[in-house]
Amino acid sequence: MTHAHDGHEHEHGHDGHGHGGHAHPHPRQPDIEDAPLTWHMALTEAMAELIVQKGLCTPADIHRTLEKIDAASPAAGSRLVARAWLDPDFRARLLQDVNAAAGELGIDAGGIPIRAVADTPDRHNVIVCTLCSCYPRFLLGGSPDWYKSKAYRARVVREPRAVLAEFGLHLPDGMQIEVHDSTAELRYLVVPVRPSGTEGWSEDQLAAIVTRDCLIGTALPVVA
Amino acid sequence: MSVSVGTPVRVLQMDPPGHHRTPRFVRGKEGVVIGLAGRMPDAERLAYGGRGPDQPVWRVRFRQTTLWPDYAGDPRDTVVLDLYEHWLEPRR
Repeated sequence: MTHAHDGHEHEHGHDGHGHGGHAHPHPRQPDIEDAPLTWHMALTEAMAELIVQKGLCTPADIHRTLEKIDAASPAAGSRLVARAWLDPDFRARLLQDVNAAAGELGIDAGGIPIRAVADTPDRHNVIVCTLCSCYPRFLLGGSPDWYKSKAYRARVVREPRAVLAEFGLHLPDGMQIEVHDSTAELRYLVVPVRPSGTEGWSEDQLAAIVTRDCLIGTALPVVA
Repeated sequence: MSVSVGTPVRVLQMDPPGHHRTPRFVRGKEGVVIGLAGRMPDAERLAYGGRGPDQPVWRVRFRQTTLWPDYAGDPRDTVVLDLYEHWLEPRR
């Protein structure tokens, strides 16, 4: 929900409102219920009711799962990469099985298998889902809107260099690009090369430079 | 049908009705299998409530220049897709 002006989301009175007492109309911020129920909203409600009535799960289960999805953030992915940079054995296990390696750190990466693709000094990886918007959301949280856009999905797979340049990522000549298109039941995570200038850094320091876009492959970690 | 890591394959050029996970830009194109993505539920059946046995899904690497004749980047650039085995025919 976006609020153009601070304090305008409630229908509170206008006294003490800082407008010098003059009355000017404020558009009322619509409530969620003011918009018509869409087809997908109705379907979701109906499905949830049926699932609960059939005893497949409880409302609390659904609530907990939604909370878990909303709580996921790229920080989990950043931590995996930072640990992989510090511990070659962990890195090997991460490249073998992201979900299991995440579990070692107490991170629940969800039931959908995730594969880590590691950059090398001469090959850069970038992730897309050309068919829809598949994304390791249980590990990284919700995907950015641009990741779901038709422009990104259509273009990164056929002119990755131009797209990365628009993100401010100018790859040097001689650097190959491999695009990974998540067309089936596998999700991807990019493991960038640890940048020079980070020698002796702690795991937290390293994790701080592994941004969400680094994990998608549209950015590289930057040492300030 | 015998597909394994290292097998050169061609993606079948077909256009069946219904839901499938093989983007048009690789249909009829040649690539090389680089790994097994896993054995996964067949999305084509799953979309209509069916299940059936899990299917092998292979990670197939394509050169960009084979997908896009006008590809302007490094000719060594590649794309990897996860493709269900029944869309692949070994190339000999």
